[in-house]
Order: sequence, then structure tokens, then C-alpha cells
Amino acid sequence: MRLAFKIALRFLTSSKGQTALIAIGIAVGISVQIFIGSLIEGLQVSLLDATIGSASQITVNPEEKNTPIDDLQDIENWLTETYDEITAITPTLTQGGFLKIGDNTEQVVFRGFDLNKANEIYKFDAAITEGTYTLKENEVILGVDLAKNNNLKIGETYDIITPEGTISALKIVGFFDLKVASINQSWIIGSIDLARDIFDFSSSQGTAIELQISEPFDADLLTEEMTLTSTQKDVKFDNWKVQNEQLLSGLNGQSTSSLMIQVFVVISVVLGIASVLAITVLQKSRQLGILKAMGLNDRTSSFVFLFQGIILGILGGILGIIFGLGLLWSFTKFALNPDGTPVVPIFVNYGFIGLSGLIAVAASTLASIIPAQKSKKLSPIEVIKNG
Amino acid sequence: MDSVINLSGVNKIYGTSVKTQVLFDVDLAISQGSFNGIIGESGSGKSTLLNIVGTLDKPTSGEVYINGNRTDQMNKNQLAMLRNETIGFIFQFHYLLPEFTAFENVLMPYYIKNKKIDTKLEARAHELMELVGLSKVKNNLAGNMSGGQQQRTAIARSLINNPKIILADEPTGNLDSGTTEVVYDLLRDINRDLNTTFVIITHDRRIAEKTDRIIEIKDGRIFTDLSRT
Repeated sequence: MRLAFKIALRFLTSSKGQTALIAIGIAVGISVQIFIGSLIEGLQVSLLDATIGSASQITVNPEEKNTPIDDLQDIENWLTETYDEITAITPTLTQGGFLKIGDNTEQVVFRGFDLNKANEIYKFDAAITEGTYTLKENEVILGVDLAKNNNLKIGETYDIITPEGTISALKIVGFFDLKVASINQSWIIGSIDLARDIFDFSSSQGTAIELQISEPFDADLLTEEMTLTSTQKDVKFDNWKVQNEQLLSGLNGQSTSSLMIQVFVVISVVLGIASVLAITVLQKSRQLGILKAMGLNDRTSSFVFLFQGIILGILGGILGIIFGLGLLWSFTKFALNPDGTPVVPIFVNYGFIGLSGLIAVAASTLASIIPAQKSKKLSPIEVIKNG
Repeated sequence: MDSVINLSGVNKIYGTSVKTQVLFDVDLAISQGSFNGIIGESGSGKSTLLNIVGTLDKPTSGEVYINGNRTDQMNKNQLAMLRNETIGFIFQFHYLLPEFTAFENVLMPYYIKNKKIDTKLEARAHELMELVGLSKVKNNLAGNMSGGQQQRTAIARSLINNPKIILADEPTGNLDSGTTEVVYDLLRDINRDLNTTFVIITHDRRIAEKTDRIIEIKDGRIFTDLSRT
């Protein structure tokens, strides 16, 4: 084995140009694989983040529509105590109403939150375009489009009319932009206590609890578990996956096509290395014949080529990772939106990159099996006879 | 048994559809420590004979014994081990590995034996390089040496595992007459000092005359077999 390694290394170092060429060939393949993989993953992460990063991933809703949940606090406590996976949780009270603007009324959705908790889901601190989101009694913030369309100003006070006809005064202290037009056009956000006052709910009541979890893709499993263990019979647990089936199938399609591209890149790398190594068996057949005449056994001679494959794989893998990272880096530097942010934020997954390196080694080892077998068949007499 | 090489009834036929018989019922015994020359015209079958003795080729029929072991029935790995430990080869074209230095080439059969190189063996390799007069160029790559130096490296290499037999196919075929003389004297010295058996194919009658026994091959048969007494 040591001899095989020594010979393999010497064969490779004695024709440096050829070795470099093969290693670069592997590296280019692996770097493309890393680039495509990271690009698609970045695309998915940013898409996912845009879709559910600032939204409820699991929502506790009343079993019967339009009825309040009575023990909001109890359920919230039970959830936080039972599930470590929960990263953010907020009770909410959501009701439709009408905002009275001059002689007109505008249909709005009033969303009462525990604002500090809700901030972890909706990131109001980043979404505020004007004013503040620290709210005092009867203060609210509005979607930017709602404000713009109706020419509403910070500091002004407007009346909100509930479906029951109760009227309450709201003071506008800020505008937010949550990047979703329907939200920006209709949401009014205030404290949950304010919402209870306006819509006449008791202090333990609300309409839903919204949660985010550490692994959004496990949302369906987690909701199943919650449904099974919950002692509350009048609530149900909904997850984002059910509500975003089309997005999910889109993401799946993207993952599959990305995987396909990667697989074919790796296949072409394998074929490339295999053919080059097969040629080196011919190149080195004279040396192999001499070695075999001196008593080198077939096993060791085939290991010479396996080791060449492994060494080339390691070399190509390292180079490929460097190239791939370089490619990703330049992509984030040169493919930019008008505002200077990258078109696709690249997501560097070290596990994936490590795996690509391993794939390089595995692929070139696999590719060296054929030449290794060929070298076994080589008989010393052919070399000795043919000079 | 006194003979280290023993062939009985060896036939060699090449080809399957068009059959060419190269050797006809060859019987040959070579005794331990002897210095033998094989002569014959091109195509007479002498190289084929040597390759069969060296286990690089197999006879179509007949029995081959090397050092008392029957080789025509051994598998590839057994043969490889036998060659490595019992036989040293010197070919017309030196057949060194150009990727390795002269010194490494000399050590190669020992590496193949799967042995670690210790100081004792290194000393032996140095000694052999000295013996063939190559101390100064031992760290040159095999490709960067003159023909004579390469051939002498090949001789040192053939000796590293202390083989009982050295088979040489025109070892001086591409050397000038001065160097040829030096190489033969060297082989003779080794034969005398280490009691190594030599079987040497040569075209050179002058060289052949220096051997203990001259075997002439003609048309695949032993034509004459003369021993010096």
C-alpha cells in the first residue's frame, strides 16, 4: 500500500502539467456544483424567509370560525412550556372594522398583539418607515399604503367603527411596510388590550396565537403533535405548509432540478477523470510492466491508480471549493440589485461544501476503478516483448 | 537437485487461429552458480525461452522448475512473488522507472517485497551502487543518465534482493564495446563473489566465449550446448 501510494504520488508529480489539468477539471466541476447548489439554496432560503420568515408558521385558531379563544394565556403557557422548538409566540386579536376618514370609511383589519412578542415574528422595528412602534394607550401604527391612499398623518386621531357599531378613537404614531401590499393596505396594529377594549373581548380572550419555530419545515409534524397532546378541544393548529402548498411544490421542483444539475455535473466529472486516468494506464504501461516483471502484484498495481484517483480528488476538491467560493463571492459582488444588495443572497452552507469536497474524492476514486482494473490485466511480457 | 533451473519438454506456440511454434520440446537444466550464455539468430526463440524461465511467459506445454518449484502451474501472485525473491532481470533496454532516481530504482524490488527500508539495506544499496560505479549519480533521475549508467543501475537493481538467478537479455546490446567489457567483468565478479546463477542472451561471440557454457538455439531447439570444463 505504501509503495502504491509512493508510486502514485511520483507518477503525478513527474507530469505536473497533466496532473494540474486533471485537478482543474475536477475543480471546475465541483465549483459549478457548489455554485449551483449554494445559489439555489440561497434562493430558497431568501424566498422562504420572505414568505414565512415574517409570518406565523403555526397558528392556533378557534375550532369554530369567528368565535374567540377563551383561555389564550393558558394555551400560550402550555405551548412555551411543552415545545422547545418555538422561537417566537404571540397572542393576537384580529377583527375587521371601518376607519372613518372624513366622510368616507375605509375597511381595515385591526390586529392586536403583544407588541414586544409580535416583533420577533413581524420585525416591526425594521418595518417602521416613519414614527415609532412603541405604543401607548389607544395608539396604533398603520400600513404605509393605507396611510398614503387616504392621506393619513402621524399624530392625527381617527375613529374606528366595529361591525357592532361601537366607535373608538385611535391615534396614529407610525407607519410600517411589511412588503406585502394587502397587509400594507389594510392593517392597523395596536396592543392586544386596546383591541379587547375596542371589540369588547374579555382580558383572557383573543382570536389566535401565532408562532414561529426553529425548523419551519417540521411545522406539519409539530402541529400534528400539538393536536394530539392538546387538552384544549375548542382550538385547532394550522401550519404554513398547508396554506402554501404551491410555494412548497415550487421549492421542491427547484430542489430537484438543482439536484439533477449537480448529479450530471458530477457524472461528467467522473467520466472525464475516468477517461484521463484510463489514458495514464496506457502512458504508464511500460512502467507497470517493469514493476510487474520485478514482482509487483496486481493488487498493488491497481492501488497505484486508485491512489492517483484519490489524490487527484483531494486536490480537485480543495481547488473546487476555493473556485466555488470565489464564484459565489464574485456573484454577490457583481450581480446586484439597483440598491446594491445581491440579486440572490448567497447562503454558504459549510456542510454542503464539505459534502461537495467529499463528492470530488468519491467521484475520482470511483473513476479510477476502471483504470485500476485495466492495470491488473496488463501483463509484463507485453511490455518486455514490445520494448 | 543441483540445478536451479529445470525445463522439460517445453513447447511454446503463439496464436490461436494461425499457430506459430517457437519452441520445440526444449529440455534444459542450469546448475546453481553457473554463468551461461544463450546465443542464436533473431527469431530463434531464445528470448521466448528466457521469458519462460523468468516466468514472464508461460509454456504451452512442458514443465518449468525454478529453484525446485514448478512454475507453469502457479497463479499470477505466486509468480510475482517468486520473480521478486528469486530472479533478477537485466533487459536490453534498461527498463528503469524514469520517475524515480537511480537509487530508488535500485531499491524498487525491495519496496515491492513490501519491506521497510532500514539503514542496513540502504547501506547495501549504496554498496551495490558503488559496485557498479554509480555512487556519484545515484540521486539523478533515471531518465537523466547515460545509457551505460542506466544499464549499470539496472544491474544493481537486479541484485538488491539477493536473487539466486539473474536473467539478462542482451544486457549490453546498446552499449559501446568499452562499456560492454566493463559490464561483463562486473557480472562475472558478481557471479564469482555471490554465487549467483546467470543466464545471458547475447549476440556478441566474444562475450559468449567468456561464459562457462554456451547454449545455441536454432529454430526453437537447442542446437549446440557446449560447456567449458
